[in-house]
Formats: sequence, structure tokens, C-alpha cells
Amino acid sequence: MKMKSKIYTFFIFLFLYAPIIVLIVYSFNDTVTGSRSVWGGFTLRWYRKLFEDRLIMEALRNSLIIAFSASFFATILGTIAAIGINSMKSLGRKIMMNVTNFPMVNPEIVTGVSMMLLFVFAVSLLNGRTLGMGTLIMAHITFCLPYVILSVLPKLRQMDPNLYEAAQDLGCSPFKSFWKVVLPQIMSGIITGATMAFTLSIDDFVISYFTSGTTQTLPIYIYSMTRKRISPEINALSTLLFAVVLILLLFANFRQKKAPSEKAAKGGEV
Amino acid sequence: MKKRVSALLLSAVIFLSMPMIVQAEESAPDTGVTINVYNWGEYIANGTDGSLDINAEFTRRTGIKVNYTTFDSNESLYSKLAGGGADYDVIVPSDYMVGKLKQEGFLAELNFDNIPNAGYIDENFLHPDYDAENLYSIPYTWGVVGLFYNTDYIDEVTSWSSLWDDRYQGKILMFDNPRDSFAIAQVMLSYSMNSTDENELGEAAALLKQQKPLVQAYVMDQIFDKMAGGEAWIAPYYSGDAAILVESNDNIQFVIPEEGTNYFVDALCIPKTSTKKEYAEAYINFLCDPEISAENVSYIGYATPESAAKEYMDEEIVENPIFYPDQETLEKTEVFTNLPESTSLLMDRLWAEVKMGGPGESVVLVLIILAFLATYIAIIIYKRKKRKKGFL
Repeated sequence: MKMKSKIYTFFIFLFLYAPIIVLIVYSFNDTVTGSRSVWGGFTLRWYRKLFEDRLIMEALRNSLIIAFSASFFATILGTIAAIGINSMKSLGRKIMMNVTNFPMVNPEIVTGVSMMLLFVFAVSLLNGRTLGMGTLIMAHITFCLPYVILSVLPKLRQMDPNLYEAAQDLGCSPFKSFWKVVLPQIMSGIITGATMAFTLSIDDFVISYFTSGTTQTLPIYIYSMTRKRISPEINALSTLLFAVVLILLLFANFRQKKAPSEKAAKGGEV
Repeated sequence: MKKRVSALLLSAVIFLSMPMIVQAEESAPDTGVTINVYNWGEYIANGTDGSLDINAEFTRRTGIKVNYTTFDSNESLYSKLAGGGADYDVIVPSDYMVGKLKQEGFLAELNFDNIPNAGYIDENFLHPDYDAENLYSIPYTWGVVGLFYNTDYIDEVTSWSSLWDDRYQGKILMFDNPRDSFAIAQVMLSYSMNSTDENELGEAAALLKQQKPLVQAYVMDQIFDKMAGGEAWIAPYYSGDAAILVESNDNIQFVIPEEGTNYFVDALCIPKTSTKKEYAEAYINFLCDPEISAENVSYIGYATPESAAKEYMDEEIVENPIFYPDQETLEKTEVFTNLPESTSLLMDRLWAEVKMGGPGESVVLVLIILAFLATYIAIIIYKRKKRKKGFL
């Protein structure tokens, strides 16, 4: 029985990770045609070319700027929203949760097109402005928001509400007691939410495609290569991105795991 | 915690500033102007593999910055322009899309006084069907559609009919877009590629349906892998991408079939919405400089419309009939023009039928969806009833 479940797990992981492994392997493939199936020897050429290619680097820079700012703002807004939702009454909370969850289940293409229409309309009112980095960041904040709220809310629910009041009883101002008491307790949720927002933002294609105007993000750039051929530089870049995202996720999980033991340790000190 | 955040920020700053490596050569003063250029993906020399970085060179010489972005198909370009919200200054649509954009009033007339290098364009590229007055577009590159085949398995190919040869069953690839695929069928039937006759289109569709059992896959850029790996033996594709495949594989040949073929041009245009038209014209002028054009097409692989540029290029390429077919071959080619809405809709519908095997499938799909819905509703009702019973 144990053997069987092990084999089953193995196949599940193989299914999940085989494409990524192939992608990583072929980023080292030495070919002229940029082949994705014929192995021609080991090379680091694609990594070197990647850093020489100004267009890819520019697209990557745009993607990173958007991902950093979108996850930053989404985290702040999401945390504030989560605190608000947490202190609502049952009915209000239910309604708010549904409203915030809706963008998650809404097909991306609908979100993308409707945002484009809204932005184009708004832009036509502000003469001479066009879609671009600003609208991209706004769109990304929008679809990242529910994920932040969802990862912060459980932390708030776990928290003892009396602690906040106790801090005020002991002379903290409301803001200070939030800063010193509430924030440290929900920090792991906030960081998880921020990491999630970042990874979602950096690989979003559909919504970005409609709201980008004349700004190009990395996924859009990669897609535009499909008429000619997708250069193995993209394999190299994807490998690097995969490594970065993997590290970020490990970091987030590590934090989540560590959080309870930290609390226990602190409790021990007192 | 703080340390970690600052380390993260620091690495971000380093990462973001990395692409800003500036070449410190004597350069024109910064004009503070940025033009938005929208071109096909991988369609300009970008400085890798020892090529000239065209956009950087333009900025160095003129002080005009280039915000260079890319698209994957004429239709993406069209939807971007029609959707609004993006103000491009230079775009590169193909022949028929130039016609469509011109017809719908998206293009601005070019001021040829600002584009003196347009004089280098060869006579036979002027006044094309899609822009007969030659007011809106300047050719950027051109090419033809031809056949790749693997000489290990196929002796010689001269005709499109090899794509219908059942000896090569399961080893044939076809274009994954209606226009290019229908063009092949229409050439075989000696009809025009720009036909609007419903019967002719119907016959072409029938021919494509007949071919379907022999076709391994309908693909675009995957043909490089499939042909190089020997997975497929014969496939149609654009000549500009031929070089790399033929050069790196001794057993792959490229031929332009005797029946004739599609000849395509990608042209430089300026949308009407551009607010920096003069700067855009400066950019077009720069691309038409024979030396720049030579650098550019040597990297891209497609052909230049300027004879003057050929002097700066390798003789091997200029004399290669893959890149520059002789006049006799060119006479049998036809360029796409913009089809009326009804014809493109018909073509799309017929193409869907070719690929999916008739409209019958959509009925099955609807039935499956309905079945799912019914089961879902049944489960919900069942659960509700159960819950109510539980309360009682």
C-alpha cells in the first residue's frame, strides 16, 4: 500500500515538474536553430545572449517594476481591507468576502477586456494620455488584492482580539497598538500575501495584454516571438525566473512554518 | 526582518538598473522625445550575435528614444489599434493588413520629404496592390512561402501536390492559420488567393479536408523543431526563416513550388493617431538607409526591398534563390489583399470545419455542457433535501 502511494506521488510530481525540467535542460542546449527537441551539446550561450538582449531585459525590467509596485500596493490595501472585513458583522463580512472573491473566479479575459474599456474611457477624458505602466500597475493591484486579503484574514481570526484592547488599556494609542501588537501577529500572512501577489503579477498575460498600451511586459514579449521561433534565451530566462520564484515560495513557506514556533519561544521567555 | 527587506530591495535595484548599460560613444544630444514602435517579434537586429543594435544606433545618431514593442500577428496589431488607448508612431503590418488599415482610415499619409532614403526602394516594390498610390506605406522586408522537405525521405519536390501525397502520411505539416492554408489550396486549384467566390472557397476547403488525414499537425514555429528532428518530412513556411533551417541541416531543402506562391511584404506605416509624426518619419528614413537595411535583414533573414543594400551584404545570401528568387518565379506569385468581412468570416468558418471536422462537434459540446449542468443542479437539489431532512 505504501509503495503504491509512493509511486502515485512520484507520478504526480513528475507530471507537475517534467515540463519545467525539460525547459531547464534545453536552456543549456547548443543549437543553431534554437531547437527545443534536438539536443546538440552543453552551452551557456543562451544565458550570455540573454543579458546582451536589450529588448528582453527591458521587458523584464517593466515586469519587475510592475510586480514590485503592484504587490506593494496590493499588500497595503489588502491588509487594511482584511482588518476592516474582520471587524465586520457576519452579514456584511459575507457580502464583502463575495465581492472581493469575485475577481478571482471571474475569467481573466473578462477582467482584462472590461479594464481595457474602462481605462480607454478614462484616458479619453484625460486628453493626451495613454495606457501604459500606470494602467498596468492599477490592473495588477486589482487582481492581486483578493489573494492578499485571503492570506491575511485567517491570521486576524487566529489573533486574540483582547490583546489589542489590552495594549490600549496599558497606554498605547490606537495606531501604536496596531503597529506593536496586531501587525507583528499577522506579519506572516502579509508576507505570504505579498509573495503570492508578486508571483501572480509577474506571470500574468491576459490582463496585461489588454491594459498594457505601449508598455511591454515579459509574457507579452515572449508571446510575440511565436511567429518566428521562441528563442532558447527564453528558456534561460524562465530558468532564472523559476529559480527566483522557487526561492520566494520556499521563503514564504519557511516563514509560515516558523511562525508558531516563534510564538512558542516568545511565550517561553515570559 | 529589516535586513531581509533591505537586501531584497537592494537586489531589486541592482536587477532593475542592469539593462541600463550605455555605450559611451559620441552621440546626438537627447531630444527628450520617445517614439513608440510596434513590430513583429524577433524582427529587428538587436545587438546579439554581433549584429548592430538598430534601435540603440538610431537613438545615438538622432537623440530620439525608441520604446520598441512587439506583436505576434497582424490581427493582434489590428485589435491593439482599434481598441484604442495605445498611441503608436511606427507600425509594421503585412500587405493585406496595410490595405485594411488604410481602408478603415487608421493610417496617416507619409511625408516623403522627410524620408529621402525611400528613394532606394526598388521600382517593383512601389505602388503595390494594397497601397496603389504609394502614400501610406514603405516596404520593410519581403519574402515568399515555400516548401521545406527532408531529402532523406523525399527525393524531389516541385509542386504543392506533395503535401497531398499519401506516401508521406503523418509526416506532413500545415500552417495553423486560415489565410496561408487556403492560399495553398487555392494555388493548387489555380484560383486567386484573394478570391471572394464562395464556391471557390468551398472547393479549397474540400481540398484541405481531403488532406487532413495525412497531416501530422497544424503548426507555426514548431516546424523548426519537427523538421530538424526528422519528426516531419515536408512543411510549408516563410522563406525568411528558411536559411537557418537549411544551413544547419544538410538533409533539408527549400523549394518554391512551380504552381506559384504567396509573396508577402511587411511595410512601415504611421498611424493617424501619432503625435510625433516627424520623428516617426525620421525612424522610417533610418531603417531605409541601405547600410542599416543590410545590417537588419542579415539578422532577420527576410529579404530587403533595396538593391543598394545588397552591396553591404554577403554575396552568398544575395545570390541565394531562397532569399531572392529570380524574376520568373516572382511573376507567378500573388500578394494578399484585404478580403471583405463576409469572405474572411466564411474562410474562418470553413477553416474551423477543416480542423474540427464539421459543425456537428459543437452540438456534442453543447450536450456535454448541458449534461454537466444538469448533474450539478441535481446534486445541489439532492443535498438541500438531505439537509432539510436532517434538521427535521
